[in-house]
Amino acid sequence: MSRKGFFTDSTVCIGCKACEVACKQWNQLPDDGFHFTGMSYDQTGDLGCSTWRHVAFVERPVPLPGHDTGVGDFSWLMVSDVCKHCQRAGCLEACPTGAIVRTGFDTVYVQPDICNGCGYCVTACPFGVIDRRPDDGRAWKCTLCYDRLGEGMTPACAKACPTESIAYGNLDVLHERAENRVRQLHEQGIISAYLYGKDAANQPGTGGLNAFFLLVDKPEVYNLPPDPVVPTMKAREAWGAVAVGALGMAAVAVGAVLFGRRGTP
Amino acid sequence: MPGLGITLGRGGATTFQQDLRNSDCILIQGSNMAECHPVGFQWVMEAKARGATIIHVDPRFTRTSAMANQHVPIRVGSDIAFLGGLVRYVLEHERYFKEYVAHYTNAANLVREDFQDTEDLDGLFSGFVPEENKYDVTSWGYEGVQGPAPAAGHKELYAEPGAGEGEPHATRLKDAAKDFTLQHPRCVFQVLRRHFQRYTPAIVAKVCGVPEEQFLKVAETLCANSGRERTTAFCYAVGWTQHSVGVQYIRTATILQLLLGNIGRPGGGILALRGHSSIQGSTDIPTLFNLLPGYLPMPNAQPSPHLDDYLKSHTSGTGWWSNFPKYVVSLLKAWFGDAATRENEYGFRHLPRLTGNHSHMQTVADMADGRVRGYFVMGENPAVGSMNGALQRKGLRQLDWLVVRDFTLIETAEFWRTAPEIQRGDVKTADIQTEVFFFPAAAHTEKDGSFTNTQRMLQWHHAAVEPREDVRSELHFMFHLGRRLKRLYADSRETKDQALRELTWDYPTRGAREEPGAEAVLREINGYTLQDGRPVSGFTALKDDGTTACGCWIYSGAYAEGVNQSARRKPGHEQTWVAPEWGWAWPANRRILYNRASADPQGRPWSERKKYVWWDEAQRRWTGEDVPDFLVDLPPDYRPSPGASGVEALAGDDPFIMQADGKAWLFAPSGMMDGPLPAHYEPMESPVKNALYGQQCNPTRLEWSRKGNPYHRAWGDPRYPFILTTYRLTEHHTAGGMSRWLSWLSELQPEQFCEVSPELARERGLSNGGWATLRTARGDLECRVLVTERLRPMKLNGTSVHQVGIPYHWGVTGRIRGDGANELLPLVADPNVDIQESKALTCDVVEGRQATRARAATGTTQPALPEGLTLHRRDSLRAGEVDHAPWQEKKKDEER
Repeated sequence: MSRKGFFTDSTVCIGCKACEVACKQWNQLPDDGFHFTGMSYDQTGDLGCSTWRHVAFVERPVPLPGHDTGVGDFSWLMVSDVCKHCQRAGCLEACPTGAIVRTGFDTVYVQPDICNGCGYCVTACPFGVIDRRPDDGRAWKCTLCYDRLGEGMTPACAKACPTESIAYGNLDVLHERAENRVRQLHEQGIISAYLYGKDAANQPGTGGLNAFFLLVDKPEVYNLPPDPVVPTMKAREAWGAVAVGALGMAAVAVGAVLFGRRGTP
Repeated sequence: MPGLGITLGRGGATTFQQDLRNSDCILIQGSNMAECHPVGFQWVMEAKARGATIIHVDPRFTRTSAMANQHVPIRVGSDIAFLGGLVRYVLEHERYFKEYVAHYTNAANLVREDFQDTEDLDGLFSGFVPEENKYDVTSWGYEGVQGPAPAAGHKELYAEPGAGEGEPHATRLKDAAKDFTLQHPRCVFQVLRRHFQRYTPAIVAKVCGVPEEQFLKVAETLCANSGRERTTAFCYAVGWTQHSVGVQYIRTATILQLLLGNIGRPGGGILALRGHSSIQGSTDIPTLFNLLPGYLPMPNAQPSPHLDDYLKSHTSGTGWWSNFPKYVVSLLKAWFGDAATRENEYGFRHLPRLTGNHSHMQTVADMADGRVRGYFVMGENPAVGSMNGALQRKGLRQLDWLVVRDFTLIETAEFWRTAPEIQRGDVKTADIQTEVFFFPAAAHTEKDGSFTNTQRMLQWHHAAVEPREDVRSELHFMFHLGRRLKRLYADSRETKDQALRELTWDYPTRGAREEPGAEAVLREINGYTLQDGRPVSGFTALKDDGTTACGCWIYSGAYAEGVNQSARRKPGHEQTWVAPEWGWAWPANRRILYNRASADPQGRPWSERKKYVWWDEAQRRWTGEDVPDFLVDLPPDYRPSPGASGVEALAGDDPFIMQADGKAWLFAPSGMMDGPLPAHYEPMESPVKNALYGQQCNPTRLEWSRKGNPYHRAWGDPRYPFILTTYRLTEHHTAGGMSRWLSWLSELQPEQFCEVSPELARERGLSNGGWATLRTARGDLECRVLVTERLRPMKLNGTSVHQVGIPYHWGVTGRIRGDGANELLPLVADPNVDIQESKALTCDVVEGRQATRARAATGTTQPALPEGLTLHRRDSLRAGEVDHAPWQEKKKDEER
């Protein structure tokens, strides 16, 4: 089976939130509570155990080339965020029970019947995507509609998206489409357009994302980490430090014994 | 609806959403398309991807503006000034499509000598009758033509002097004097030019708050993207209609599109984006008080009860509406079957008769006065969605009985228990006598039926599941109610019950629940021959001799060949881009109306790039991408003989076949209640005086001057210094009945909020995420505050005016609750279609939770005017010495 993923083009997102609703409907997820945030039209805040698609709204005092506004230097950016299904998935690598697996579609999937709710994955995700549900304690996130893909169906969010801001398909096809789109935007003068997490070269800390994005401002603006690194990427470094520490401590201990004896009257 | 209907002939979008992809420029105004029509907006995005320029003119920077190449903030309620400015620009800079205008519009017709324009009368047209707040349209006629011109079969005909009184209509509209050089001072073209002369860029800046360079950029973009090779499309929605002069907003846009030659052509047209599903359908087969199916006018109680007189006064001598009798007789045959005979005038006397205005707002006022006994509410939540909500609920309290059909116990069903005035203690439940019947309604997934969407297209939906328990479809309810009533009156011999007894009501049913067959209803709507019961192929097969029956002539063809054409779902990649085999569009499955105009007068495409429908000389017929909206074998060079009548009077270059003269009406000699040309009038409540004319507001607007419905001063009311506009959000559905009970939608916009600019927030001490209280003379409400740079103060004539926006989805019950925005709105309406002015009014905003929830409709006193100020008259004394406001109030007082 070929590698599947999402290409989310923020420049055509109209912020309708159909992806959020389609996701909740298909996956039968509960609501996240009813709170007015005061953060533009974003009322769900972020991704979580019961929100697997989340549309960010950014009102910024910066104009978008080719777009004249009558309200001064201004643009309103929108993008639908989702689990990135990283090539090196922190959650998967941290999972001690084997509940989190890589599927035949090259997506990252949590098996709810195996997850024991240890929560290691939550701290291991550099994007803060995966989250434990307070009632059952288990970890939940986007499945990339694993149950639909098996039937040859498009994931619910991509199916519902009216402007093809969320494109689903084979990664190689999506890569080509995304690069063409960036080129097109550059030609239109939107030179700030770039791909976020397209592959390992683009984002070494994750090895590339199966759900990657086209953005026109810095990742932080969209509440995405500028340089995400999966924890295990630092394993050698960490284990090296541990080894140095352990050796040092051993040396001190041995030394203490040896020199301690010698010093004993 | 008449905005398009009177000008072009039919009250429907001239194009279809998928055609937007062919546009070179799309101007969206009076619509927040990305938020309110997100699925259709994909075609705007497609056009943009193909290089089209998207312009959004809107008071707020919305999700639509975020996608547009140019966003132009405009002061709420000033669109005619903006569009009029564009009309002037096109005329003054000679940028109009000369051949198109000269051949396809009434630009060459001469207007009568006694016609006087707003230029002459400071904002009024000739013929104004102050005692009645109405126009006598006689002076608006063409030179050389006697009597009022027949206007597209609309009810307005009946409102005109002389109509319905046996006085024949101007049957020879083609005889109007003309000047094809367009130079005669009284030709429509020159009248138009003089009328819009004062709509200069400077005036646009002064009235709309749009800087000249922004306005000129829009004007230049439109002109550069119109003509033989290029086309521009307009999209509008209720941001244009919901004004006291709303129909004229649409008229102005239509005039502009005609001057630019964009009607009837691919990538052009005017897309009327309808408010919600099947709203187009609910005017086609109307829920309106003054129309019968297919835009046939409802008969008046006076002066004549006879079919012949009704037909005589509504049948146009020329053009398609000369077929009027066929559609009326076929309708009566569909309704009364064998009981309808030539001798008894096909049961015409059974039809209800109009005795006056019975629009929604008038009905609310009548209810509140105890003049209405029963009320059916289906698919509506007026306690939340209707202007002056407290007055609406006062009306509900005076009823004997109320029937509500909905998914849940919406506010209208529970007004006796949960209404704000009950919670506040102003009204006690025990004092309400209204008996309320609640019927749970089936969702569209639980029943067969059709939607008629924004582009006049019928799409069938099949029931996926049976409704639970006692949930039933609307069709089931209406059918069984009718059947029970018929049983109840079966033995009555009284004349008044005859209509009920003779009504055909024999739809087949299925199952133990006796669900009527929706397809059988569609078959009746389509029409059939009475001899053998075979469905007719279309409205051209209908007859006026009682041999055919048809429930709605414009839908005739939807069940042609006995096949449900609206259920067709051939995938797009298996047919042409026009996709004629997806659903079915009225009339005759035409997707672009008036498409004869996509070819030049000789029948050749205006350009290869914009080719759509053309004359095929070899086959001697019109052909192309779509069903030709023309007499299919009428050659372009055909000229009718001088005495020709009916459809034969149409020439080969008359693309607007519904019009008596085959031309689009830049100038409307009849049909409009408030003028033959659009003029800028301020909303009923405005921060400013009308900068264009002495006449402040639409002189023919409908007012309900009563204690429970107080108005602010016409301009500059110090109590209410800010502009208020209401709107919708993507996340909710109208009055909330379909969204506030759903957690997945409710969490996306959980609380009532208002949008204010940082400047207003500073001025009034409002903080983002905090609370504010909004006030009008009708009442007040509390809501959260969203401070955003998407709203900016408008610079009007040197002064700064703030605009406040508020969505109207919230009510007092449901998963999420809030004070309804409609509590703030007064009853005031456009005279053509009785639509409310909910897009433009004035208000006050203060910080914090200070709402008293007192309502004018429950008898709280109107906020006092500051010392030394009196209420201004709305219509200036300078305006032709019109002083009708005191008269109107006096008359209303007497009525009370």
